[in-house]
Amino acid sequence: MNTALLILFHLILLLAIPPLLPGIINKIKALAAGRKGPPVLQLYYDLFKLARKQVVLSQTTTWTFIAAPVVTLTALLIAGLMVPFGSFPAPLSFTGDLILFAYLLALGRFFTTAAALDTGSAFEGMGAAREVTFACLSEPALFFALLVPAKMSGALVLAELLHAPLTATWQTAAAPMVLVAVGLFIILLAENCRIPVDDPNTHLELTMIHEVMVLDHSGPLLGLILYGASIKLFILCALFLHIAMPFQAATPLGNALLFLIEMPLTAVTVGLVESVMARLQMRHVPYLLIAAILFCGFGFILLVR
Amino acid sequence: MENVSSIWYVPAAILLHGLSGIPGLFCSRRSTRAPYGAAGLSLAASLLGLFGAFQVMTSHAAPPPLALPFHMIGSEDWSVGMDALSAFFLVPLFLLGGLGALYGLRYWAQEEHPENGRKTRLFWGFCVAGMALLLIARHAILFLLGWEAMALSAFFLVSAEDHLPEVRQSGWIYLVATHAGTLTLFAFFALYYRITGTLNLHPIGGDQAGLGALSALFLLALVGFGLKAGMMPLHFWLPGAHANAPTHVSALMSGVLIKMGIYGMIRFIGFLPAPPASWGVLILISGCLSGILGVLFAIGQHDLKRLLAYHSVENIGIILMGFGLAMIGRSLNRPLWILLGLGGCLLHVWNHALFKGLLFLSAGSVVHTTHTRRIDRLGGLAKAMPWTAALFLVGAVAICGLPPLNGFISEWFIYLGLLHTLNPSPSGWAAISLAVPALALIGALALTCFVKVYGTVFLGRPRSDAAQHAHEAPLSMRAPMLLLALLCVLIGLFPWWVTPMLNQAVAVWMNRPSAPEMNLAQHVPLNLVTVIGVAFFLFAGWISFRLFHSLRRAGGKTSLMPTWSCGYARPTAHMQYTASSFVQALLHLFRGIMRPHEQRPDMHPTFPKEASFSTHVDEPVLDRQILPLGRLLSEWFGKARPIQRGLINEYLLYVLLAVVALLVWTMPLGRLCECLFTR
Repeated sequence: MNTALLILFHLILLLAIPPLLPGIINKIKALAAGRKGPPVLQLYYDLFKLARKQVVLSQTTTWTFIAAPVVTLTALLIAGLMVPFGSFPAPLSFTGDLILFAYLLALGRFFTTAAALDTGSAFEGMGAAREVTFACLSEPALFFALLVPAKMSGALVLAELLHAPLTATWQTAAAPMVLVAVGLFIILLAENCRIPVDDPNTHLELTMIHEVMVLDHSGPLLGLILYGASIKLFILCALFLHIAMPFQAATPLGNALLFLIEMPLTAVTVGLVESVMARLQMRHVPYLLIAAILFCGFGFILLVR
Repeated sequence: MENVSSIWYVPAAILLHGLSGIPGLFCSRRSTRAPYGAAGLSLAASLLGLFGAFQVMTSHAAPPPLALPFHMIGSEDWSVGMDALSAFFLVPLFLLGGLGALYGLRYWAQEEHPENGRKTRLFWGFCVAGMALLLIARHAILFLLGWEAMALSAFFLVSAEDHLPEVRQSGWIYLVATHAGTLTLFAFFALYYRITGTLNLHPIGGDQAGLGALSALFLLALVGFGLKAGMMPLHFWLPGAHANAPTHVSALMSGVLIKMGIYGMIRFIGFLPAPPASWGVLILISGCLSGILGVLFAIGQHDLKRLLAYHSVENIGIILMGFGLAMIGRSLNRPLWILLGLGGCLLHVWNHALFKGLLFLSAGSVVHTTHTRRIDRLGGLAKAMPWTAALFLVGAVAICGLPPLNGFISEWFIYLGLLHTLNPSPSGWAAISLAVPALALIGALALTCFVKVYGTVFLGRPRSDAAQHAHEAPLSMRAPMLLLALLCVLIGLFPWWVTPMLNQAVAVWMNRPSAPEMNLAQHVPLNLVTVIGVAFFLFAGWISFRLFHSLRRAGGKTSLMPTWSCGYARPTAHMQYTASSFVQALLHLFRGIMRPHEQRPDMHPTFPKEASFSTHVDEPVLDRQILPLGRLLSEWFGKARPIQRGLINEYLLYVLLAVVALLVWTMPLGRLCECLFTR
């Protein structure tokens, strides 16, 4: 009964909350710029609107174009089942699930970028090329970041190793944790195509990454992509929170509340970063990602030295 | 009784395979029936061999070795034997041996290649037979016989189109490399004979040799078998040979022939007692290097088959990472590391044979219809060849190690094994887990490469007339691809089907025939993989169903429009991203290693003319080390050329001088003068 309730709680969080995060980020950015900004629930409205629309397909595309949003969303949802939210256990956890988690994200990337090339547009090819190039750096960084809690806890289960920082390791391994938290935050920004890696609000296709890959998707297909992107943001934020804010309340209700406070806080942080920074030049992005690898790598080395 | 008979299947299969091309020799060049006979014999032989191999792997006791009634050197009879390890390598061999013969029927049809069709089929049979022979050989001479049969027939297969200069060059480089490897193996077996006093192959006893001799054996095996496996930096023969061979031959070479090197390493390095951990570390490091450099250089290639060839180097790297971990586990006595490392290594041998075979065969279908291997001249083939495109996609997803296909399972085993070194080991060994981010980097780079290939070759719009007029491959070419793709999916979804065989092979390697704790299913949640994989497909199916439902509700037809080009009204196929432009950023990022030659468009004038951008990456060892060294040597020796001018009187002078010099050297000077001048 209790586990069923926990799984239900996890599923509701995973399915319902994610579209809130981009709304919060945009609101913060608008406020910081002195604008009123779109409503916080804007993405929900967009998703409902897109779900009822027709689809315009490019003549060049094949079934890969339609399969991509479906595969990506499926992969992200399954990956979301492995990440524990707050101090609750994850519904799906087993030895080595951290590898499956990372590779499910990669599966989504494979199909998204393939769909971008499917349109035969130079702009979308450009976006796809950038996406895969930057992923080549963020993926090793993610694995380095996961090695640290894995070493600390001695566990190979995502749920267990992410709960490792809860048990007083801030005192014993503060330095690695800080380094990994910084590294993970960079990965979070890069994987979700936020400033300073990518500017989701830019008006020029030449300078986009994620937005330009999905230029030709429309209607429900675009809805699936936007929903999937928000879920990816949500999952990676949840992952980041375990390292950055390893706090625990006394009761389950307290824990739930804590998570529901922390998650928007992360979105606010992302929004603030986006407000105070400009997008990096494309050729400087790899340096940022290499910095993330170094942060996580040094964190690991400090731990095993 | 059953065991005694089971050993006969494989020798019978070897005989059939070896003979399969011979009847064709007596047929006319124009005969269209002879190829069917050869393919039929190959298929029958493969079925027989597969049956024998599976029988050994599923029964718990290996059949006793079979002494052949003849010998050559020494007094021992040659013997053949089967155990789970041999059988494990025999399976992909016979699978690709049979399927490739079937594929070759239409791909290398006799009417299209009258001058080398018969030769190709003859040596195909010899090559498969040679490999099977070396896998079951239990005597060094027999092993080397099989090895050379494989290596030499592969030379004739690679140089099938020997009227083309680049094919001849690749063939010669392959021949030199393979014979350098064989020479190293001669040294290996000679040393082995000196230590053990026998050429029968069995593990060396712990007290028979010192560390020095064992290390020499280890290095000889690493170099000799590494040359065949295509381990960096000994891979230099591989890209050219794979690219210039007929494509079904490339599939056989990449899928199984280079795995014979891996088999040799696993078998013979496993013979050496009490290995120091540094050996395993060396193998692990060369695995990481092969993996990362292999995939990096693959990204730089724009020739479809050459690119796939570099991916073989990458996958050999992943296989070696697993084997290195197993060796370290053996030195430190950690059965779990051995189980996961060697288990992942062996499963990746199967998986690579399946998905690389599939990829090469699909690439062959592309080459067969478009007559070009240049990726940048293809495009949009998914419309004309939907089967080939879908099957290539399966192979591409599998080779990137993505779930829910088979590549993920074997990489997962290796990841898990590497992660197990984190704890509870003394902190020094945690450095091994640095291979984890390396493997992640390999995975991400492989993904880049295959998005590039799939996107440029099959998606978008055709970039040339050849791609415009492509057509789907015939059924006899699609059927082998379909079977390989099915196996990729099956192993990805139901890995517990293969793990009992893996357990057996690992147990054989550890010399522990019945160890209940050596069970992969106990340490890896394989049932969950099935659940998640099936859930994945169901879920994706459900979303697609909802999608189509909502599209229907939204009022019928989806409209087809040209691709949105940000306002530009007349986009052409030339405006698409090419393979060169797709990877340009990445090449730039790794320019220190790749050193790409970029040909940039000149955009100076106000009205720029037609321009193009392209990149080219050299082969790092062959083009940058071996060929310059060869040129340097030939330059040095060129300096000696003035003394060799073809004049007979000069040569007589040299002879005279040589005789005098010899006399001076052999006799004391006084005695010489005496002989010359006093009479």
